[in-house]
Amino acid sequence: MTIASLIATPSELTDSRTNKTAIVLMTRIRLARNLAGRSFPGWARPAQRSDILAVCREAVAATAPMKRSLNVAVSELSDLEKQILVERHLISRELSGSPQGSGVVISRDQTVSVMVNEEDHLRIQVLRSGLQLRKTWNAINDLDSALEERLDYAFSPTLGYLTACPTNLGTGLRGSAMMHLPALVIAGQMEKVVRAVNQLGMVVRGLFGEGSDASGSIFQISNQTTLGEAEEAIIKRLSGVLQSIIEHEMNARAKLLEADPGKVFDKVGRAYGILQNSHLLSSGEAMNLLSLIRLGVDLGVFSESHRSVIDRLFIEAQPGHLQHAQKAPCEPGQRDLLRAERLRSEFANLARPDFSAAGEPRN
Amino acid sequence: MTNPLKCDFCPKPATVHLTQIVNNKVHKVDLCEACAQSKGVTDPTEFSSLADLLLKASLNPEQAAAGVRCAACGFTQADFKKHGRFGCPACYEAFKALLEPMLDGMHKGTTHAGKVPKAALSRKTLSDRLTKLEVDLSQAIKAEQYEDAARFRDEINQAKQAGAPKPAE
Repeated sequence: MTIASLIATPSELTDSRTNKTAIVLMTRIRLARNLAGRSFPGWARPAQRSDILAVCREAVAATAPMKRSLNVAVSELSDLEKQILVERHLISRELSGSPQGSGVVISRDQTVSVMVNEEDHLRIQVLRSGLQLRKTWNAINDLDSALEERLDYAFSPTLGYLTACPTNLGTGLRGSAMMHLPALVIAGQMEKVVRAVNQLGMVVRGLFGEGSDASGSIFQISNQTTLGEAEEAIIKRLSGVLQSIIEHEMNARAKLLEADPGKVFDKVGRAYGILQNSHLLSSGEAMNLLSLIRLGVDLGVFSESHRSVIDRLFIEAQPGHLQHAQKAPCEPGQRDLLRAERLRSEFANLARPDFSAAGEPRN
Repeated sequence: MTNPLKCDFCPKPATVHLTQIVNNKVHKVDLCEACAQSKGVTDPTEFSSLADLLLKASLNPEQAAAGVRCAACGFTQADFKKHGRFGCPACYEAFKALLEPMLDGMHKGTTHAGKVPKAALSRKTLSDRLTKLEVDLSQAIKAEQYEDAARFRDEINQAKQAGAPKPAE
């Protein structure tokens, strides 16, 4: 598979056809793995890195989920292609900025990606739309076992899988869910939620991971610790926290509708108006407006069929995707113009909100 | 204390003891044979400069660890402070003393409770066993114990067959 055909195909996240994804847009699990007897990527010399890259790419490409996958060195990708892969959560920012000797293998359906020579020799990732922690774990566990048939992992019976950073030691597992929590944000409860979640050993980040902001009321919740617990236990704990966040968001929505429906409808209606008529939209503002339309879908104000359009636009309004559609790189200012134009045309045909249809939140 | 002194650079028992008095203060360094060798303590011509190095290292535990270098990849504690990541899997053994207190606050526990790479571990067990059998075999041949040698040879063949890769899927 080539990078061009991969980009032309919608990813798992951009094709959510069911309302299973109402609050949890996407589930991801990653495993950090390293080869025995080799320096970690950050410390390895260029020749060692190239060696590791070749060994890993071959082993990964030989597994069943990676049949006819995209298998590239990062140096073969243009800046724009890298940015698109970051926006689809298929590679990290760190990998996209890495020097020679790193690469990535991505499955045809874009649900599996294995980064080579990121922080660890292997960063295996499986993603699924909606809340599917167990299925995602089963898939990544199988892939990991298949890889282990071919590769000698660095492993200690007491410390588990040895990783470049001790914070990933043990299982090397980070499970995360991308959650859309507009009501908690509107109600000003997000800070409280973050604090509670932190106390349970989970981390809350923005849409694009560490250091990114939470535009569009989209948050990533993931486990902080990796050692001292079995994988299933980590996933169970994470799952419990996610369920309770979902409940809090549902309650916040119900409360908002009950206490001050005008305030919510005003926000949703204005978002619709701006998306239909604006001429300059930054990526952050676009995300926030789309988030409100998505809330409108959840509340029944818009037809359920709008959901997949909104979720696709969450990705396609990002700078990389926008420039790709334009077939030319452009300055941020010009991008805001393009983004507004794109969203105007998408929303021109989208049916008006029907506020009388707002009832109990659907789930 | 009845416990033998541990090497200042690794967990092995110390057999080389170095004492130096500077400014009326006594500084002691304890080394195992391997570390003494690798640090050049056994070479008297390098002794004075080395004493200096060890002296600095022994002033306090943290500085003691600063002298630790991973034998496999050359990574030092200073490198860890700078990068926040280790150099290679063997660093976890080399920097054990530094790591252990750190892990306590970092994770749910300090011992792995999850998945084990069974295939990779059985490959390692097999290769360790083969290595041992090859040694036994050559020793038996040397000692002209041909019955034992034949047995070892058979065991090697059996082990190799058991560990042979399955036919391609």
